[in-house]
Amino acid sequence: MSTTANTASTDVPPAVPTSNAADLTQPSGAPPSAKKTRRRTSGTGTRATRVLGISSLIGLVWLVAFGLAFSPADYLQKQAVRIMYIHVPGAWLAFLAFGVTALCSGVYLSKPGRSLIWDRFAGASAEIGVVFMAVTLVTGSLWGRLTWGVYWQWDALLTTTAFMFVTYIGYIAVRNLGGTPQARAKRSAVLGLVAALEIPLVHFSVNWWRTLHQKATITPGGDTKIGGLMLFSLMIGVVVFTMIYAWLLIHRQRVLAMRDAVEAHGLDRALEERRHEGAPR
Amino acid sequence: MNTWNVAKLVAAKDLRIEARSRVITNQVLPFAAIAMVMFAFALDNENDALLVQVAPGLIWLATLFSLLILVQRSFAIETADGAIDALRVAGIDPGGIFLGKAAALAAQLVALETILIGAAVLLYHTEIRLGGVVLLVTTVLAATCGLAFVGTLYGGLAAGIKGRETLLPLLLLPVVAPVLIGATRALEAAFGTGKAVLADGWPWLGLLITFAAAFGVVGVLAFGPLLDE
Repeated sequence: MSTTANTASTDVPPAVPTSNAADLTQPSGAPPSAKKTRRRTSGTGTRATRVLGISSLIGLVWLVAFGLAFSPADYLQKQAVRIMYIHVPGAWLAFLAFGVTALCSGVYLSKPGRSLIWDRFAGASAEIGVVFMAVTLVTGSLWGRLTWGVYWQWDALLTTTAFMFVTYIGYIAVRNLGGTPQARAKRSAVLGLVAALEIPLVHFSVNWWRTLHQKATITPGGDTKIGGLMLFSLMIGVVVFTMIYAWLLIHRQRVLAMRDAVEAHGLDRALEERRHEGAPR
Repeated sequence: MNTWNVAKLVAAKDLRIEARSRVITNQVLPFAAIAMVMFAFALDNENDALLVQVAPGLIWLATLFSLLILVQRSFAIETADGAIDALRVAGIDPGGIFLGKAAALAAQLVALETILIGAAVLLYHTEIRLGGVVLLVTTVLAATCGLAFVGTLYGGLAAGIKGRETLLPLLLLPVVAPVLIGATRALEAAFGTGKAVLADGWPWLGLLITFAAAFGVVGVLAFGPLLDE
């Protein structure tokens, strides 16, 4: 978990300003040549992210090939088992993303400098997590309809997942409330940590509630043995999704940094205009 | 001034404001009561057995909805005149402010829950057994502490932000889900609803105490950074 965040943070161009950044022209340590500067500012990509992006695309082709063609159909679930190759990696990615959010929130609060880069990583990670959690819930309910006959089971894992989804929607809503970047960062860092505390409590209580009231709950893939090629396809899925996550995370973090910079720039300009208005006539 | 003294003063101040403004008695209590009546409309009230069956859950649902209003209110009085800034500038312990506000909220909630349980006895024909009284009282207290801590923490988080009225329910309700589950099961055990046995209630009480302790500690630690925006 931490490795993703750390590698991502080192990839970020050092010239991305953390606060009070008015110089939008140099978001990625732009070289002096005007032509090059233009090209650099038009995107958030660097060589590292391009390599990462292209390799995730290649990985995605692999995943499609293995998931839809090479891996065998299941004995019981037939073709429906192929949903697994997006469902499981999607769930893994969402949990990873929320873990990274909690981790970055903790780092933000604990480091004396309170660097906003951790806040942006936390926010970017939560956004990606919510998207993939939605993918997981949708594919999961479709898969559930095919194998269990119902879209929804009051299973502990499912219920916890739904709660996580709502919790992080709330987290993103709090992030978008406005205020200074520092205020936003502090607020959302506390929320990111509290959310990480809430999830085990919800999971535990729902788990207990179900087991006290009904005996065997169906757990996806509980007692089914998984074949070699299926497992391999699943592993490809997990690796590819993690790469996509890293790619999205880095880019989103940079976009958020630019957004903060734009806002700071706009504020500085507004202040400047006011000062001119107030000047003696 | 140490944390406990701060907490006592803040709690006394909040309760004094509530006693004088009477918002709780004039608005929140009637709201909770009408909610209990509406629940009976929604769930066929010719069928008494059904209402008895679901009464513990309805008591806590009405409590949660009222909690949202109480939390809004608790922080509206702080932000209206910038009172929270004054507290901050005075340099007193944020942990004390948290505990004080939570204590005042808990006192209001206990009063509300007592009335809601009374309403359940009156309207839903819930019967309180003598053997379950200890479990009933401890459950109400533990659940109230948990709700007050979470409510104060999230109220502080959303305080002073535009749009907090709409945001607070979204933030608060998922977090208090364990309290709803745990307190409902414990109350079922205390009332002997359905086939519930008294002994089944104690583990749920344990969950409620864990919840309250976890959010109490987090609240005391996190309130400082939250206020200090």
